[in-house]
Amino acid sequence: MTRRSGFDNKILPYVLVAPQLAITVAFFFWPAGQAIYYSLLRQDPFGLRTQFVWFENFATILADPAYRGAIGITIVFSVSVIGLALLSGLLLAVTADQQIRGAAIYKTLLMWPYAVAPAVAASLWLFVFHPAIGTLGRFLVARGVHWDFALNGLHAVILIILAASWKQVSYNFIFFLAGLQSIPKSVLEAAAVDGAGGRQRFWKIVFPLLSPTTFFLLVVNVIYAFFDTFGVIHALTRGGPSKATETLIYKLWVDGVVNLDLGGSSAQSVILLLVVITLTAIQFRYVERRVHY
Amino acid sequence: MEALRRTHWLAHLILLAGVATFVFPVYMAIIGSTHDLGTIARGQLPLVPGPHAVENYTRAWTSGEGERVRGEPVQRMMLNSLVMAVTIATGKIVISILSAFAVSFFVFPLRMFFFWMIFLTLMLPVEVRIIPTYKVVSDLHLINTIPGLTIPLIASATATLIFRQFFLTVPDEMVDAAKIDGAGPMRFFWSILVPLSSSTIAALFVILFIYGWNQYLWPLLITTKSELNTIVIGITKMIGTGDAQTDWQLIMATVVMAMVPPVAVVVLMQRWFVKGLTESEK
Repeated sequence: MTRRSGFDNKILPYVLVAPQLAITVAFFFWPAGQAIYYSLLRQDPFGLRTQFVWFENFATILADPAYRGAIGITIVFSVSVIGLALLSGLLLAVTADQQIRGAAIYKTLLMWPYAVAPAVAASLWLFVFHPAIGTLGRFLVARGVHWDFALNGLHAVILIILAASWKQVSYNFIFFLAGLQSIPKSVLEAAAVDGAGGRQRFWKIVFPLLSPTTFFLLVVNVIYAFFDTFGVIHALTRGGPSKATETLIYKLWVDGVVNLDLGGSSAQSVILLLVVITLTAIQFRYVERRVHY
Repeated sequence: MEALRRTHWLAHLILLAGVATFVFPVYMAIIGSTHDLGTIARGQLPLVPGPHAVENYTRAWTSGEGERVRGEPVQRMMLNSLVMAVTIATGKIVISILSAFAVSFFVFPLRMFFFWMIFLTLMLPVEVRIIPTYKVVSDLHLINTIPGLTIPLIASATATLIFRQFFLTVPDEMVDAAKIDGAGPMRFFWSILVPLSSSTIAALFVILFIYGWNQYLWPLLITTKSELNTIVIGITKMIGTGDAQTDWQLIMATVVMAMVPPVAVVVLMQRWFVKGLTESEK
């Protein structure tokens, strides 16, 4: 889309885009290119010699049981977080969209957790579910559950799923509510006149009309679960106990920043890059077409 | 009528359950911040506030040092977070409105190429280029500096797209009228476009401020000096290994204070916030 009327100037537009482009090139494209380049190299432990090894780093990574484990954990974690956050968000939005007293107040009260940083959300849940000092943690222990997320991998996974979803529900709530409010009331009234019940109206009219929002949220939530939850894991479990909560992004951090494995971590970066590119491409394909049904 | 009343009752129940789930951990953090180390460490934290609130908040705000925890004063970390959030939000808005102005109101070679370049940054989150980006910042000697903390994060495809979207709705007649009156491009930008964009700017500022305030991975990587800690990083450093015997009362006071600015922004500027958030969808 272009405008019919604009300004003529040979230099000014370049000056205007220059700051954005400079940052884009220096901190986005150049490093991304470097990541691809490093992913094809192998460095000796002292960083003295580097060797071009084609796709050996990728082969090593994909054959590594620890990496495969991280893929599995990422899938379990992401599916749980996305499912929990989307369904709760939808349920709350559908409920808040009804004409009930105090709807505006509920809206505000359900919106604010969006503003809480993932790592801060994690600290809140850590304090509540701490087996020795947390209110709910002690409650579980007193009921005979051997609750200890510092030792039990399953407990650790459950806790990071809860903390990560808790923060994301409000985002989904806000978007579902906006989506619901854009559905014309006349359509629903017409269906009601024709004798459609509440459940039928939801599944036959509301849910299909909401599908562009749902699809958009699905992609955003996948990106959230894959990348933004680093803070939750770093604050709560540091990937432990014994790698039970080491997701792909957390492993990338450990291998790159802690273990300083340049080739291996770059190969992991490139793999995650492909995931993001695929997701964004899918999103734009469908947003262009506007999903219905 | 009877059925309607029953669904209303159920609706309130669902919404209250949602609100309670959101509020409960925060309520416990507030309670935790009003008791002393011993009460919490013995696992005797009650559900009602204790008498140590003033003491804990004062200590966290001015020194951040407890019996086991050696944190930074909250006032310093808050300042760091504030500087980071405001710089990122302002920087993103400024460079995005300028580049959106260029690609929307000028016809010049490489225009679409530049537009796509900006657009493609959406596909390159910082998480996937951690080490090479760190290397660039380190080569520029920006490790442990505010510019190093903020500048790499201020490119924004989303903000550029939102401004461009809005600029496309500005009628051609307005541009023509400005030109007839002898206004140059920058005059048009300052006197017409920026005032017209004020609600978009406000909406973007709210979501970008929260984005900046909540940054985690980047500050963790770029700042090694504790006096540059943001408050979010400061909290996880205070927690450490998360032993029962640590100064949870100070940590929770810090957590509560860390939540106040972004939550206040969302609640007080709710209209702008929802607008900014839902417009980034398009």
